[in-house]
Parts: sequence; structure tokens; C-alpha cells
Amino acid sequence: MDSVTFRIFRFDPETEDSPRYQDYEYELEPGVTLLNSLNTIRSKQDATIAYRMSCGSAICGSCAMRANGHAVLACKTQTSELVKDGVIQIDPLGNMKVIHDLVVDLEPFWGSLRKVKPYLQPDTTNNPELEREQTQEQFLLIDDVTTCILCGACFSDCNALEVDENFLGPATLAKAHRFIYDSRDSKTEERLEDISELHGVWDCTHCAECSTRCPTETKPLARIEEIREAAMKAGVHGNNGARHVLGFRETVGKSGRLNENYLPPRSVGFFNIPGLLGLLPVGIRMLMRGKNPPLIHHSIDKVDEVKKIFSRFEEYRK
Amino acid sequence: MSLKYALFTGCVAKGAGRELLTSTNIVCDKLGIELVEMTDAACCGAGVVSEDNAMIADIVNARTFALAEEAGLDIMNICITCQGVHRKCQVKLARDPKYMARVNEALRETTGHEYKGTVKIKHFGNIMLNDYGLDKLKEAVVKPLDTIKAGAFYGCYAMRPHEYSDLAEPDDPDEMERIIEAVGATPVDYSARLKCCGFPIIMMNKKNSLTLSGNAISSAKDAGSDCVITQCPLCHLNMDAYQPEIDSSLNMPIIHIQQLIGLALGISQDELKMNTHIIRPTGAIAAV
Repeated sequence: MDSVTFRIFRFDPETEDSPRYQDYEYELEPGVTLLNSLNTIRSKQDATIAYRMSCGSAICGSCAMRANGHAVLACKTQTSELVKDGVIQIDPLGNMKVIHDLVVDLEPFWGSLRKVKPYLQPDTTNNPELEREQTQEQFLLIDDVTTCILCGACFSDCNALEVDENFLGPATLAKAHRFIYDSRDSKTEERLEDISELHGVWDCTHCAECSTRCPTETKPLARIEEIREAAMKAGVHGNNGARHVLGFRETVGKSGRLNENYLPPRSVGFFNIPGLLGLLPVGIRMLMRGKNPPLIHHSIDKVDEVKKIFSRFEEYRK
Repeated sequence: MSLKYALFTGCVAKGAGRELLTSTNIVCDKLGIELVEMTDAACCGAGVVSEDNAMIADIVNARTFALAEEAGLDIMNICITCQGVHRKCQVKLARDPKYMARVNEALRETTGHEYKGTVKIKHFGNIMLNDYGLDKLKEAVVKPLDTIKAGAFYGCYAMRPHEYSDLAEPDDPDEMERIIEAVGATPVDYSARLKCCGFPIIMMNKKNSLTLSGNAISSAKDAGSDCVITQCPLCHLNMDAYQPEIDSSLNMPIIHIQQLIGLALGISQDELKMNTHIIRPTGAIAAV
């Protein structure tokens, strides 16, 4: 058996001024999960280590924490895969306050979820006699996203949330997707409008931490991309994010290449004077260095082929 | 055997980041790597075109792959975003043969090209490490950058999601640091090296976008970096062109990895177009 040092984050804000790390020597047995290992350390070495756990079967979503700096679900992670130079560092989830050791205050996470009305809003004017049926095809649209166990791993590692606590975050956006794509929901357009506001679906940076950390098939980034697709399709275009997509498609469809002089004003809106003025400083800085994109925008060679693809499949969407 | 690639420049290296294309060409020329610029390849879509119409984005990228296959060359990307979008499209097509057949049918019908699935998509850094080799790179160094402490900034698409990454350990990579060491500089470990630069939301939420960039630059600075090394011209734009709006006291030079290698090969800062950066080389970088 190999000996592993567990370096565990310890902090009790009620009695301590600052966090510290405590090392535990642990004999690694084959096949154990991170949660198994923590339970062993807790039962044999130190019963004061605090962490959340319940089912141990990747269903309840309680035991998310950080291992070597990245969020994992402890019961779904093999301890042996985490050992780095004989050490495993365990921290609480990020983007939330520590209550005690590895236990964080999940309220910001729940608060964010509540913002997107995470419940079905069917059309009640025409209630069916028995139940609201879905075809297999309709269900498949929300099959992946309904596997979310609300563990908070994505919320922990989301880069946009690190700089904006009001950003809805990946799990909440995935939850919104679950109702936007639900054939039985009647508020699709309203949901798309709400989610296109500031701090919403267009504020995701595509850092892909969420999908990388997600222990289920929810994969929030893929769902975020699908919400954006739905918003584009539904004509919810009155925001910088949607205008950015439209402008991107226009310039690439026309010349095969992004026109970097056209896209920024197109994204902020040609009649948005403060927005346009906001673009000036960087524009001027680049001009002074001769770093500005060429004023005459050149198409790629054989651009007709690309134009043909764009015009022929313009209407095609998923 | 000499190395030869189809160079996919991406849009920024032809626009607001032309110094990246210049330095790539000059460095590859010096190292004896032959590049054939794909002048007829279209924008990768940057994950944006696909948010409007995924099928169009996939057909356009399949066309790019087909063009490289027809030339009998693998693709060199010099933008981590282009690389990530290309690799994602390639994996998507490989996993779903029915969808690939539909994309190919559309491609044939509109352009006559066909994507066979054989082309390899590589980033410049990957080529340095695996194809050219760091031992050979070390031999080519005429001016070891031993006074420079450099913080690698990987760029999200290099690592995440892991299924599209070609890094050995995408959660704790060392590929860029090994290149930095090979040219004689000292890699600096700092907490934000794997973070997002914020560029994708610069038009949607400038405050959040620039806070991300600012945090990354500060993190590198606090750890003692003289410069931040990027593999993606979008990271470069957010961290260099916007830096005066983030915090004018940062004054942190942001250097394309090609430029860092170029300096070690004895190429001048002027030739590498480092004077076009908004943050001019300072300190240890300026002294090279």
C-alpha cells in the first residue's frame, strides 16, 4: 500500500482568524473513492474534519469539493487518480463562503437558481384530462440536463462568477435550459428574454470550467450554447450578445473572415452612443501603434465557396 | 525530414494581431519549418457562428480540413481558440458518422470538397514540443533569455473541455513552461495561468471581461513575472490592448510565444513587431 499525504483545508471562522492546512498520512487502498478516504481519515484520525456527504453514489450531490484546485464530486473520484508527488490537496468549493472546513454556504447557489423560476409553467388554460405527454424526441432535448444533481461543482470553478457574483452561473443556466427546451412549458419566450439580460446567458466567457468539472451529463457549457441558439432562433436579438452573433455571421458569411472594424460597433449597437464611445479608447490606442485592423477589409481567396455554404444553409438549424 | 504545415492564420493574425503572423513566419523560417498559408480557408467561427447555426460552422470548418488534406499537409494553428474550435468540430464529426456524411454531402454540393478525416490539427506550441522537439529548439537558441522570468498563460481552449485538449495533463499542464525553459527563460508559476482572459465577453460585459484580465495580469506580476506569454491572440488583445483601461500601473508586457522564441533565436524586437504592442517591452524584456 502507498502512503499519501492528505493536505486538508481547515477553518472555523467562528473561532479562528485564518484558514490553515492540516496534513494526514493515509494508506491508500486500491479502488477507494475520495469520499471513502475522507471517511477513513475522519473515523480513524480526526473526527473534527467537517464536510458534507450523504448517498455516496453520485446522486445526492452533497460531497462536491476541490481536489488539487479543481472541483470534483468526492464519491465519484478515485483517490489514486489525484495523487501528485505523494500529496492530495483538498479545499472547499470556490465562489462561496466557508462555514466550516470543507462546508461552504450554498445560499448564493440556491439564490441564483431561484432567479430563473426553476419549475414548469404550463399553459393552464387548456388542461389535459390526464397528463402532459411528451414524445421521445421532445424528452431527448432535456434528457442530459435533467441529470443535474445540483452539486455546485460548476458554480465553484466558473471564471465569470469569480468576478461577478450576480452572474447566473452554469447550473442555473442549465436549469433554465431545462424549461426553455421543455415542450410542456409555456413561458419559453419570456424565459429567453429574462436570461438575455445583463448577468445572464451572454455573460458566460466559454472558459468551459463548468463542463469540465460537471460529474453528470448536464455539461452546462453545451446547454448555454443551446440557450443562445434558442434565443437567436426566437428573435431575442436586443442585446450585445445576440448582435455579436449576428454581426459575426454577417461578416464571415460575406468575406470568409471576421471584420474587426465592423463587429464591435455592430455588437454594442450602431445607435448606442455611450457604447460606441466606450470603444474609442482601445481603437485610438491601436491606431497609434499601427495595430488597428486594416481599413480595407479583404475577403479570403475563393470566398464564393463560403458564401454559398452560408446562403445554402442559412435556414438550417438544429 | 523537414517539417511543412498548412498555416491557418485565423482572423486576428490578419487583423488586430498582425505581429503574431509576422513573428510566426519569421520564427518558422529561422527554424526551417515550411509554412503554406491557407489563403482560401475561412474563419473557424470562434464558437460564435455555431451559436446561430451549428451546421454552417461545421461545414465551413470541414472545408478548411479538406483544403489541408488536399494539400497533403497537417494544420498549424496560431490561435488557441481556432485550434480548440477546429478540434471540437473534428471530434464531433468523428463521433457521429451520420452527421459527418451529411456535412460532407453539403460540402460537396456547395464546393466540391470532401473531408476525409485524416488531417491533424495542431497548435504552434504543440508543434514545437512534439514535431520540432525542444532539444532541437535549444540547439537553435543563440541568445538564451536567462534574465527573463516568464508567466505562461495557456488560454482556455488549450485545456478545456479535456476531451478536445492535446495536453498531457490539462488540469496541470507544463508544456508552455517547458518551451519557456528551452529558450533559457525561467517559468513563473502563478495561480491564474489556467484562467480565462475574459475576451469572449468584452462586447457583452466589459467590466467582467477586464476584471478577469486584470486579475490574471496581477497574479503573474505578484508571482514575479517580467512578462506574460500567450498562445492566443484573443488573450493577447484583452491583456495588452485593454491593459491601460484595466490599470495603467500594471505595465506588464504581453508576449506571443512566437516572439519569445524569436528573441532567443536572435531576432530583433523590431522584426518581431513587439513595438506594435500597446504595452511596450520594459525591464528584462526590453534589455534583451
